Order: sequence, then C-alpha cells, then structure tokens
Amino acid sequence: MQLTNRSKVVTKPEMTWVEKLYLPAIFSGLQITIKHLFKKKATVKYPEVKKEFAPVYRGMHVLKRDEEGRENCTACGLCAVSCPAEAITMDAAERKKGEEHLYREEKYAAKYEINMLRCIYCGLCEEACPKDAIYLTDRIVPSEFTRGEFVFGKDMLVEKLDDRIDVSKRKKSYTI
Amino acid sequence: MSIVLFKAILVVALFLISLGIAAYSTYAERKVAAFLQDRIGPDRAGPFGLLQPIADGVKMFLKEEIIPNLSDKFLFVLGPSMFMVTTLMVSAVIPWGMPLEIGGTMYALQVADINIGILYILGVVSLGVYGIMIGGWASNNKYALLGAIRASSQMISYELAMGMSVVAILLMTNGSLSLNDIVASQGEGKLYGFINVSGLNWNVFYQPVGFIIFLICAFAEANRTPFDLPESESELIGGFHTEYSSMKLGLFLFGEYINMFISSAVIACLYFGGYNFPGIEYLGTILPHNIVSILSVLVLFGKIFFFIFFFMWVRWTIPRFRYDQLMRLGWQVLMPIAIINVLLTAFGITLFGN
Repeated sequence: MQLTNRSKVVTKPEMTWVEKLYLPAIFSGLQITIKHLFKKKATVKYPEVKKEFAPVYRGMHVLKRDEEGRENCTACGLCAVSCPAEAITMDAAERKKGEEHLYREEKYAAKYEINMLRCIYCGLCEEACPKDAIYLTDRIVPSEFTRGEFVFGKDMLVEKLDDRIDVSKRKKSYTI
Repeated sequence: MSIVLFKAILVVALFLISLGIAAYSTYAERKVAAFLQDRIGPDRAGPFGLLQPIADGVKMFLKEEIIPNLSDKFLFVLGPSMFMVTTLMVSAVIPWGMPLEIGGTMYALQVADINIGILYILGVVSLGVYGIMIGGWASNNKYALLGAIRASSQMISYELAMGMSVVAILLMTNGSLSLNDIVASQGEGKLYGFINVSGLNWNVFYQPVGFIIFLICAFAEANRTPFDLPESESELIGGFHTEYSSMKLGLFLFGEYINMFISSAVIACLYFGGYNFPGIEYLGTILPHNIVSILSVLVLFGKIFFFIFFFMWVRWTIPRFRYDQLMRLGWQVLMPIAIINVLLTAFGITLFGN
C-alpha cells in the first residue's frame, strides 16, 4: 500500500561488464585522490599558528579596570542575580580614604568569585553589568587538578595593570 | 677488489637500503595519507617530521614484550623473524643497475645472477606466508588464526595469476628466467620494431594486460589495500599480528613495507625496463661508464619510488574487498584473463616473431 507518493522503488541492477572490471571506477577514484594531494591543507599548526576566535566567542571572564587603573566593579550583584548557573558570589565593601586610586566608586567587591565549573559561559553577567566591569574574553580557562581550584577569585579575574585585556570587540557586538 | 668482498658490500648495502626505505615508507605512508586527506601529517620530529621513523622505531623497541601464556612460544618468536628474513631475501636476485667497472673488472650490481631468478622470487615470496601463518597460529587467538588463514589462501590464489602473467613475459625473453636477461632484453631492440629509442623497449608496452594482472597480484601478495584482508583492522583487529607487541609487531609491519619495496622493484624490472631509461645508449657514449651505471641505479630507484607511491595512493583511495569478492576476482577473473594473455602472447610471437 502506498502511503505517500514520495516512495521510490529501489533496484539493484546487475553490474555491466565494464563495471565488473572495477578498473574504471578505481581510476576515477585515483583521480579524485590525486587532486586532493595538491589542495590547500586544512591543518592549522596550532602552537605556532593560532586561529583567531570569533568576536562572539565567550571564554574566561575578566574584571575590567578603567583608564586610570581603578576597578570598575561596584559589587551591585546584578551579575550574580542574572547568572542562571549561580556561579558568581561576591562580598561588597566600602572604599576607605586613600583607596580612590584602586576603586572607581565608593563601594567595591572585596571578594568576587566565579566557579568556572558551574559557569555555562552564557554571557548574561556581561549583559547585566551596568558598570562595564565584567566581560567574557577569548582566553581559554586554564585546567586545574582539583575542583576547588576552579573557583576563581579576584586574583585570577581582575585584569593586571601591566597586562590590560582588550574587550573592544565584545563591546561592539552589544551596541545593537 | 675481490668478487667476494664486492658481493659482501653489496649485500650489506642492500640490507641497509631495504631497511631504510622500509622505515621511510612508514613516514611516506603517513605523509601521503595526510596529503590525500588534506592534512599535513607528522611534522613535529625534526624538519618536516623527517625523524619520525626513528621515533617510531625507538617507541617499538621500548614497548613491553608480551608473549601470551597459552601460545606456542618458539613458533611465536619464529613467525615474525621468518617473515622478515624471507622479505629481505628477495632483493638478492634483482639487478640494481648496470655493472660497475672498478680497476678494469666489471662487477654486476646483483647479488646472485641465478638462472631461475623469477622462480626464486615467486618461491621466496610465498615462503613469506609461512611467517604469517606460523605467527597467526602460534598466537592461539581466533582473530590471529583467521587472519593467518586468510593470508595463506589469498597468497595461494593470487600466486597462480601472478605466475601466469610472468609466463607471458618469459615467452618474450626466449624462456630465460634470469632477471638479468629479462631486464637486459628490455634495453635493446626497437619498440614495436620501429620506434628507435634506446632503452625504451619495455615489456609494459607489449604486455599491458599482463602488467595490470601482475600489479593486482602484487597488491594481494604484499597484503595491501584493497587486499589487506589478513590484517583488516576493522574486522580482525590486526589479524595475524593481534597478539604481537613491541619489536615483534614492528618486524611484521616493517616486513610489509620491505615487501612493498621489493614488489615495486620486481614490477619495475619485469615491466618497466628495470634500470634502463630512454637514451641510455647515447649517454653511454658521452659519459664514463660508471656514471651511467650510477644513473641507471637512480633511475631504477625512481621507478621503485613511483610504485611505492602508487601502492600508497591506491591504499588511500579504495576500500577493502569482501572475502568472496577477493576469491572470485582471483580465480574467476584474473586466472582466465592471465591464461588467455599467455595464449595471445604465444600467438603473437609465432605470427610476428619477437
């Protein structure tokens, strides 16, 4: 019984004499493979040549500083609230006198931790941040030996003064 | 220089060249495979990965040597050694080039010019299957045994067609079985009786069908794809060398590449004029004899390398035959064609002379 008119009758015709020789088919196969000998290779020699990440790539987080080297984060907690994996925790603290060169506003994050094993790299923290403080970068999260070491604190997340991280590409992709 | 010393040097040189070419065949195989699949292949060890075979060899030596408890230990060790010895023995009768002239005497670049050269090759090559058979059987493993059985039946089936295609060549060289005569006869005379290019009177122009049969049989004898049923990794997890480890496995794999090298050499000698190349006579008149000899050796190796490349090219192009297809091809297709080819050659020789 035919249910649809899409069905096809499959036949397996007897091979002709030429086909039974196999040789024509083998020669056409050899032609195809020899063409590939001269094609451009798909390999990227990884440690020497690194492929550029796409601008939308979401890798390890960074806590940004402003131009004067002060931390942007004010520990408002919006990132932690927006995080679907509940990977972010933080403790807020008040800026003391004489710490103006360290923190941009009166409140700052004394402790800021992201559990890299919980994180799903969705980028919602970055979207929630009102202070341009957290961004996902094209860096790859380093591997560790124990689970505990995957809870990254400020020492791992805040960008170093002498090693600023460029997030201009991420910023652009969000001005839609 | 005494003839014995010269032969001893030649034997050692051939031994080292065979091993070296086999080692670099493994490298070439990986490179060719990679290039045919749009990859780069090994390139970490040394420039372009040229030290890769050495790294592989060291790895093979350092691996743990395992001899299964329930195996026949003597035969288990004998198998790979026998395989290796037989593959290395074949190179003795191949003429590697024109004779060298040292101190006024001519030294043939051939270890032994025996008058049954081609028979010797067929005999020794089929002896090689004993190594596989013994190794596979002594492993006491069903996959190894299956691989060994496949290897032996495949060898027997394809040896016949191979022998028949060689018979057609022998008819053309007045029945001489000596490889030296076969190669020399391709260096003289005119192609088809009127194309006057010295050293181009190759058998492949007279025996294209015989050549294709011989080539297919050589693939089968060397256990190469599409006839690698004895060791088919996907079905028999390595076949006859399933139980082998360390350098004993290395000997099996190595022997296979030497086999490939030797089959290429035999194909070049039987069908592609051996060390002859177009214009060899002309060069002989303007260059010293020894330089032409060395050139002839290089030409032979060029032909051999082309066939080694062809073996690899085919391996990475076509899939494996099914076992019934293999047997049908050997007995029902190649055998009749080879016999008809012999008859036609005989007719041709009686009608047109040589």
